[in-house]
Amino acid sequence: MHVQVTINGEKHQADVEPRLLLVHLIREVLRLTGTHIGCDTTHCGACTVLLDGRPVKSCTVFAVQAHGREIMTVEGLERDGTLHPVQEGFMQEHGLQCGYCTPGMLMTSYAFLKKTPNPTEEEIRWAISGNLCRCTGYVNIVKSIEYAAAKLRQGGR
Amino acid sequence: MIPAAFSYHAPASISDATALLAQYGDNAKILSGGQSLIPLMKLRLATPEHLIDINRIPDLAYVRESGGVLSIGALARESDLEESELARARFPILLDTSKVIADPLIRNLATVCGNLAHADPANDHPATMLVLGAELVAVGPKGERRIPIDGFFVGPFTTTLGSDEILTEVRIPTPPSRSGGVYLKLERKVGDFATAAVAAQITLSAIGTCERVGIGLTNVGPTPIVARRAEEFLRGKRLDEGGIKQAAILAAEESQPESDLRGSAEYKRDLIRVLTARALRKALERAGGGR
Repeated sequence: MHVQVTINGEKHQADVEPRLLLVHLIREVLRLTGTHIGCDTTHCGACTVLLDGRPVKSCTVFAVQAHGREIMTVEGLERDGTLHPVQEGFMQEHGLQCGYCTPGMLMTSYAFLKKTPNPTEEEIRWAISGNLCRCTGYVNIVKSIEYAAAKLRQGGR
Repeated sequence: MIPAAFSYHAPASISDATALLAQYGDNAKILSGGQSLIPLMKLRLATPEHLIDINRIPDLAYVRESGGVLSIGALARESDLEESELARARFPILLDTSKVIADPLIRNLATVCGNLAHADPANDHPATMLVLGAELVAVGPKGERRIPIDGFFVGPFTTTLGSDEILTEVRIPTPPSRSGGVYLKLERKVGDFATAAVAAQITLSAIGTCERVGIGLTNVGPTPIVARRAEEFLRGKRLDEGGIKQAAILAAEESQPESDLRGSAEYKRDLIRVLTARALRKALERAGGGR
């Protein structure tokens, strides 16, 4: 089937089998490998992308379902060599060790902060409860998101 | 994990979707949120030959109230319910339920109607909808019919929905004044199914007795369970601590848990007792009779 999607503002198209998962379209057909595949069982959130602005697990959506829709992946965060505040936050606050969960964490955080510019720690922990990290124990991830929230409130992008 | 191959259909209307269902019958599955179906397809526990994606059908994503009924359309996501001011103000039990289903990312796709139609005994909305006395709207080739939720769940993953019917809406009567309800779930971690969970919904009379009461149990039997003996015991009584404790014991007796990774049957039965008592106390508080 023919699929047309807009990813990070750029139009892409491909002919795919209906059973192709969105994460495989993104990674293997369109070669945007920033999005990771972790558990492949709808648990870990490493494959999180934004579908029409909402963070979803791209291992649990068929590529054909995304036809005609807007997708944002981790590659869409940085602009003209400048990191997005959530990326900067994860760097400044050591919000990662192995980095495997990071693309998903970043996309969830990005969408969350758009809706909740001034979050409490509890709201942050609630928001990222569908993204698993097996290295840091979440303390620095929460700090990273707080950093990004503060930066965004000061008028960052 | 790659699902088995299937043909994909994206009808633009309910009538087109039911026509496809009539054509393919048991070989077809409806795809709404897909957050239960797609994992099952990846594990090849489900291998439908035809997938009928209803996500392109317009005007099904509503949560609205009119004429004393809250209506939730087939494409209303769990996150829509979570963000609904209407649900927050009038149906806190629905918010309790949505908030503990899977995780926030899954709730951005998962639908309320899908949670009911899928009929996993571990799903959370069934018990809540049972105690709220919800009514389901199903559309098939012969038109629309209304199905009371009591009796809808006949076994694990099995409902009275016909293979040529689509669940298009769930309708919840607005509870009268002096009503309160709650959903309490124990889960090992976010994203897990309930070890056990309890929905309770009560309406108090003017003199503070229990006029209506609903108690629903999740994941302690082949279907969601209505604790009828506990309900019967409380009807017409004042909800005092002794009554709550006795009803909780009855509800535990009515549960049919099995031992598994989440705990022994004995543990789960006692959990039902504890959760039922807590749920009744909270429902009473929300009904304004907590003093």
